[in-house]
Amino acid sequence: MDVMPKWAEVVLVPLISLLLAAILSALVILAIGEDPVAAVKLMVDGALGSTYGWGYTLYYATNFMFTGLAVSIAFHARLFNIGGEGQAMLGGLGVALACLYIPWPHWSLALLGAMVLAGAFGAIWAAIPAYLQAKRGSHIVITTIMFNFIAAALLNYVLVNLLRPKGSMDPATARFPEAVNLPTLHDILAPIGISFSKAAPANVSLIVAVLACFLLWVLIWRTQLGYEIRAYGHSDSAAKYAGISPLKITMIAMIISGGLAGMMAINNVMGEAERLVLNSTEGAGFIGIAVALMGRSHPLGVFIAAILFGFLYQGGAELALWTTIPRELIVVIQALVILFTGALDNMVRMPLERLFIALNGKKA
Amino acid sequence: MDFLTLIQILDSSVRLATPLLLACLAGLFSERAGIFDIGLEGKMLAAAMFSAAAAAITGSVWLGLLAGIAASLVLSGIHGLASITFRGNQLISGVAINFLAAGITVLVAQSWFKQGGRTPQLQGDARFEGYDLPFAESLGSIPVFGPAYSELVSGHSILVYVAFLAVPASWFVLYRTRFGLRLRAVGENPAAVDTAGVSVVGLRYAAIAICGVLCGIAGAYLATALQAGFVKDMTAGRGFIALAALIFAKWRPWSALWTCLLFGFLQAVALRYQNIDIGPITLPVQLMDALPYILVVVILAGVGGKAIPPRAGGEPYVKER
Repeated sequence: MDVMPKWAEVVLVPLISLLLAAILSALVILAIGEDPVAAVKLMVDGALGSTYGWGYTLYYATNFMFTGLAVSIAFHARLFNIGGEGQAMLGGLGVALACLYIPWPHWSLALLGAMVLAGAFGAIWAAIPAYLQAKRGSHIVITTIMFNFIAAALLNYVLVNLLRPKGSMDPATARFPEAVNLPTLHDILAPIGISFSKAAPANVSLIVAVLACFLLWVLIWRTQLGYEIRAYGHSDSAAKYAGISPLKITMIAMIISGGLAGMMAINNVMGEAERLVLNSTEGAGFIGIAVALMGRSHPLGVFIAAILFGFLYQGGAELALWTTIPRELIVVIQALVILFTGALDNMVRMPLERLFIALNGKKA
Repeated sequence: MDFLTLIQILDSSVRLATPLLLACLAGLFSERAGIFDIGLEGKMLAAAMFSAAAAAITGSVWLGLLAGIAASLVLSGIHGLASITFRGNQLISGVAINFLAAGITVLVAQSWFKQGGRTPQLQGDARFEGYDLPFAESLGSIPVFGPAYSELVSGHSILVYVAFLAVPASWFVLYRTRFGLRLRAVGENPAAVDTAGVSVVGLRYAAIAICGVLCGIAGAYLATALQAGFVKDMTAGRGFIALAALIFAKWRPWSALWTCLLFGFLQAVALRYQNIDIGPITLPVQLMDALPYILVVVILAGVGGKAIPPRAGGEPYVKER
């Protein structure tokens, strides 16, 4: 029963939610005694006004594409994976092990190897809660939250006690060898005559992330497995009657989800920091939730939402640099986006549905 | 380890268990009424910041406590609006509330005090001081019992006693009053409660209001009693440990008390010792930090009795027409 035309469902509802979040954010900025218009100008200038700004925006967007896709694929199976943060941390560990202990001849091979290990580590971290959910009925939201904390403790232990170079006080690994440094957008774009900021961290991982968006779209809407995942998400009992195994779908959806979240590490750990530090994920796993909600769990939507959040992140950093508005403003905006596009979805939807019913009634 | 060290560790366990206990009971009321609440952390954080701010400005810790409770109640209201009135996803709403609190607290603290997102140090009447129970001085000289009484039982801030009294009070309200029976029923089978002519929406709002008040006290305790002021992210995952304790305690008040004491003890030990040597093996401090979370996963996996949440938990109630 669709009361709303598709364009309203796909475009209008998220747009109104976003507008509400934006208005409230502006009010927050006013309330702390700053000028919202000037703030937006500064953010646009800082994030999109130069290739340096773009480099950071796209770097953040790459992170959010991975984690947004991770949350999305789980959403399609009606699983809420809050564990992206922990899975991305473990992915970072995978990248660090791949880069530190295997002598790669070339960065491209290193990238492939790091992706496999990062994906595997993230997938394992998601597979345990998935198994517990499917076999023992443990609520996946609770277990993935717990696994975030366990991952943080584990990473802390590994960095402090095992991977920290001798004599270093800093809980971080040694720098990765030169051979595994990923080319940045500057290196990629220079041969074709486009000059891009050298200092910005956006790198080849962006291409991998865009590729992942496309592959996930193919998986969800063009394969049998994707059909089974969506069917299970719509009605698990109907899916069961159709011969779809809940255990299989839960495990596969979460393994893909964890794998994608883990793969984020090729961007932040391998591409940017070039060593593994504590808290390398910087909350990107959680932003994936906002990105997936805003993008309606569609890879194209995730792509757009990730770039928007990349812009917010870079813009927010610029704000913190040039004004007295702290970076936490972005956390507030992120919360409002999650609130309006996720939890308060019906608040926007119900009046709209009534409006469309009234409009259709007049026509008929 | 001598007797005095043991008393000190237990004493600090009690202090650290208090916010967990309050938040855990808060979650208990909410989840027993069928509203999942992973926003305990955010409510505590908001309460911590606003209580510390109000106490710093007015100089009265009691006004601070009220401000903290009010802040927590506002977030509860948002959660209610999203999950009861608009029948949204309760988990997503909880996530949003946690982020909202994490951001707003720093933003407001920075805007009001300009001290890098913290509140000024609280002193004197702006802080909850230790409260000596009667005879703490005179009984102190009795061996074993004396120090245990004067150090461990006496000398805490008033909110610690409030937290511990909240356990029997919660038990009484939930299991010995009509309100409590209805509240538990609304978490198991809201349709039956509705059929009996009792408002499901009203009961659920009442439950999250209680949750808000308890989280408010927990947050105020953190910022005005345990520490002297608010710092960024000062809850440090306590809301989630409380959630873990709630599951570990299988949604029951007395079990919640023992679980929170256990988790408080784990925190106290982790604070005092970096690594613990037990004969041939050394337990790293990170393991102690992660232990509550690991225990919950083990419990949820069904080892040692199954933890069954309230049946209607997380489901918005749609009234039949």
